[in-house]
Amino acid sequence: MIPLEQYGEFETAWCPGCGNHAILKAVKKALSALDLPPHKVLFASGIGQAAKAPHYLRCNAFNGLHGRSLPPAQGIALSNTELTVFAESGDGCSYGEGGNHFLAALRRNVTMTYLVHDNQIYGLTKGQASPTTAQGQKTKFQPDGAPSMPFNPVAVAVTMNAPFVARAFAGDIEHLAEIIVQAARHPGFALVDILQPCVSFNKVNTYAWYRERCQKLEADYDPTDWGAAMRKAQEFGERIPIGVIYKGERVPFESRLNPAVRRPLATSRADMGQLKSILEEYV
Amino acid sequence: MSDTCVSIVIGGEAGQGLVTVGDFLAKALVRAGYEIVVTQDYMSRIRGGHNTYAIRVSHEAIHGPRESIDLLVALNAETVALHRPQLTPRALVLADETIDRLGHPGLSIPFKTLCPKPMFENVAALGVLAQLLCLERSWLEGLIRSEFAKKGDEVLRQNLDVFAAAQGWAAGQNATFSCMAPPVRTEKRLFMNGNEAIAFGALAAGANFCSYYPMTPATSVAATFVAKGTKMGMLIEQAEDEIAAINMALGASYAGARVVVPTSGGGFALMVEGVSLAGMTETPVVVVLAQRPGPATGLPTRTEQGDLNMVLYAGHGDFPRAVFTPGTPEQCFELTYRAVDQTEKWQSPVFVLTDQFLADSYRAVVPFDLDSLPAVSAPGLTCEDPAGYKRYALTPSGVSPRLVPGFGEHLVVLDSDEHTEDGHITEDLAVRVQMVDKRMRKLEGLVADVVPPTFTGDESPSTLLVCWGSAVGAALEAAQDLRAAGKSAAVLHFGQVYPLNPEQFLPILERAGRAVMVEGNHSCQLARLIRQESGYHFKDTVTRYDGLPLTARYILDRL
Ligand SMILES: Cc1ncc(C[n+]2csc(CCOP(=O)(O)OP(=O)(O)O)c2C)c(N)n1
Ligand code: SF4
Repeated sequence: MIPLEQYGEFETAWCPGCGNHAILKAVKKALSALDLPPHKVLFASGIGQAAKAPHYLRCNAFNGLHGRSLPPAQGIALSNTELTVFAESGDGCSYGEGGNHFLAALRRNVTMTYLVHDNQIYGLTKGQASPTTAQGQKTKFQPDGAPSMPFNPVAVAVTMNAPFVARAFAGDIEHLAEIIVQAARHPGFALVDILQPCVSFNKVNTYAWYRERCQKLEADYDPTDWGAAMRKAQEFGERIPIGVIYKGERVPFESRLNPAVRRPLATSRADMGQLKSILEEYV
Repeated sequence: MSDTCVSIVIGGEAGQGLVTVGDFLAKALVRAGYEIVVTQDYMSRIRGGHNTYAIRVSHEAIHGPRESIDLLVALNAETVALHRPQLTPRALVLADETIDRLGHPGLSIPFKTLCPKPMFENVAALGVLAQLLCLERSWLEGLIRSEFAKKGDEVLRQNLDVFAAAQGWAAGQNATFSCMAPPVRTEKRLFMNGNEAIAFGALAAGANFCSYYPMTPATSVAATFVAKGTKMGMLIEQAEDEIAAINMALGASYAGARVVVPTSGGGFALMVEGVSLAGMTETPVVVVLAQRPGPATGLPTRTEQGDLNMVLYAGHGDFPRAVFTPGTPEQCFELTYRAVDQTEKWQSPVFVLTDQFLADSYRAVVPFDLDSLPAVSAPGLTCEDPAGYKRYALTPSGVSPRLVPGFGEHLVVLDSDEHTEDGHITEDLAVRVQMVDKRMRKLEGLVADVVPPTFTGDESPSTLLVCWGSAVGAALEAAQDLRAAGKSAAVLHFGQVYPLNPEQFLPILERAGRAVMVEGNHSCQLARLIRQESGYHFKDTVTRYDGLPLTARYILDRL
């Protein structure tokens, strides 16, 4: 195990009491348990409060654009399969602005782990409804209640047979860290949707609200049963199941690549002999 | 008397196989040693409509397309009606015997009798044209052999038979058309269009990652990568949209891949935020933009040089960039190769601007000299002091040591927000100023590396035609025509339009009697840029924005 200090200790720009702090702790624990040295880890993120997380971790980081954590993460994971790649961002970034990328990533199934800080609100832009905000929930910007139905990322991921789909709660660091470890070890695309209280803007989904509802999946729950996973994925109300909802097998995208692709791409150079013979076809 | 230059146009509906006939004939002419300029005009539909494939052929160097038609191959009746006004006095119309030639001299070809199946019509057309142009039979038979050998002896034999029958049939007709002069060139040429040459320039430079979203007329760059790049180890992914395409490429580039992103104007509009990300994070990326008339979304399959402004100003905030504007397939290769090197060297986004005309225009291309290409800049994999490594170290040139993550203990931290030397987010405003200055210092290096414009013609011309990108062919031919009429003329062609180094061109502009900017857009975008960068004001301009390529005739009529 790599000592936790290896992953650094940074001052953050997060509000005291924010769920992001706990997620960061769980991430460090998981990396340590996975025995991943910082230089073998890459975190890609978008924009938002959650997206700042990689800055508070000693590792390689690609902190790009709002909604765009996944495209670079996949570009990196495909270019160098020796890096362990994570993408980490908020629910607005991941399921709103980045919705199309999320759908495409589920289809593509590149080996990587997606950690979504799901606080059911926009934090950095100060409290607008996010794609996961409950219908009717009042916010400063939706004073009559959020008009649209919330997006269910877990159910969508199960529908698409994503190889690893989990829901976790920032209030249980041990459990979350354990899930991240499993997610990172699973081949293919792994989604961990993490319920994260935003103490500044989400007055509904508080620590107490989540604690009352979050229940770990029973010991006899079989995550490989797709039908059962679909039913579990729909539960989000008085009871919110947390844990590994679905575990399946799908051939990862990188295993389907043409074998002529030589990776890591950083070390592959133009084969002029090959190019010469290709150009002969144009004579 | 033999002919130096013949314009052949094949016209018909989409789906009638006119591109197959055209490609076949054009390739045969290149094999035979002729020079060609192909102009493809097609409508945005898969079947029907009216499309043309025009081949201008000459035994000596030609540069641009012409409107006139000497041989019109009409695959349907509409073609005859539509193109009548362009027929030269000696023109022949070649059509199936069921098509009315509207009284024009020519040949009514019994395709049904000559060909056992319609799929042989291209070879039959080739036979007829070979006879009319007096092309040596062995040249064309050689092409037929190499095209069909892989399909087996039977198919090859049938094709050779059809070719011979068609040529024999044509010989028996008393159509008169003057023969082509024998070609001047004897050494081999490549049959290639602009987009293919761009793809090969990138591959030669070691490009090994391409993410794209399909959009005409850029699609064939990606298609060439798919067909040939994979063999060279390139990783190609059709992204979910252009936003993903450029962001994915930036991730790959960060991880050490050499990336190329082909797109067109509308797709590029979606990439603009990603361009800023490349500028801010100093991540290399080459964007190939094949222009078509816009805006949203314009004439999808026609040509224009209308996106220069967008490429110059795409992105929020200040960061340096370079813009290459090749004019010929040879330049497409050279400048794309250079673009890959420049983006790696200066860690700034680099653009290659082409357009539908050049993208689809086949030429007889001088084989690329692969053995004497200069080395391409590359990032490091490891460093001596991993703990002290800073991705954005402040340097006099503005270029910081770029390392690839995962090959040593160093960490590579990249951030779209303003960042410290080690890549971490900061709101320290003094650091912000240092970082902007650092990034902008790279512009000096980019200026020092600028490819000078190419000057061709009389030293102090009374007429100087100034142009960029694919307009060069028409400009060169217009200047030639002017000289033939006893006037002094020259062409100044910009293969790189940004940054500009006025020392390279101001003296040339100032010694010209009259400098005319020739551009394929409405607002004369390069003329404005030159005025902004050098103070030089073009009083005379020729612009074209009807979706068709510039031609010598078009320019001369407006001088
Ligand atoms: C293209 C673009 N649009 C909008 C923004 C403004 N913006 C920054 S963060 C954010 C929302 C963040 O919400 P979420 O992803 O839920 O993360 P949180 O801050 O709650 O962690 C928005 C809209 C932006 N940076 N870029
Ligand atoms: S605004 Fe909300 S999400 Fe952001 S740091 Fe504060 S508590 Fe956390």
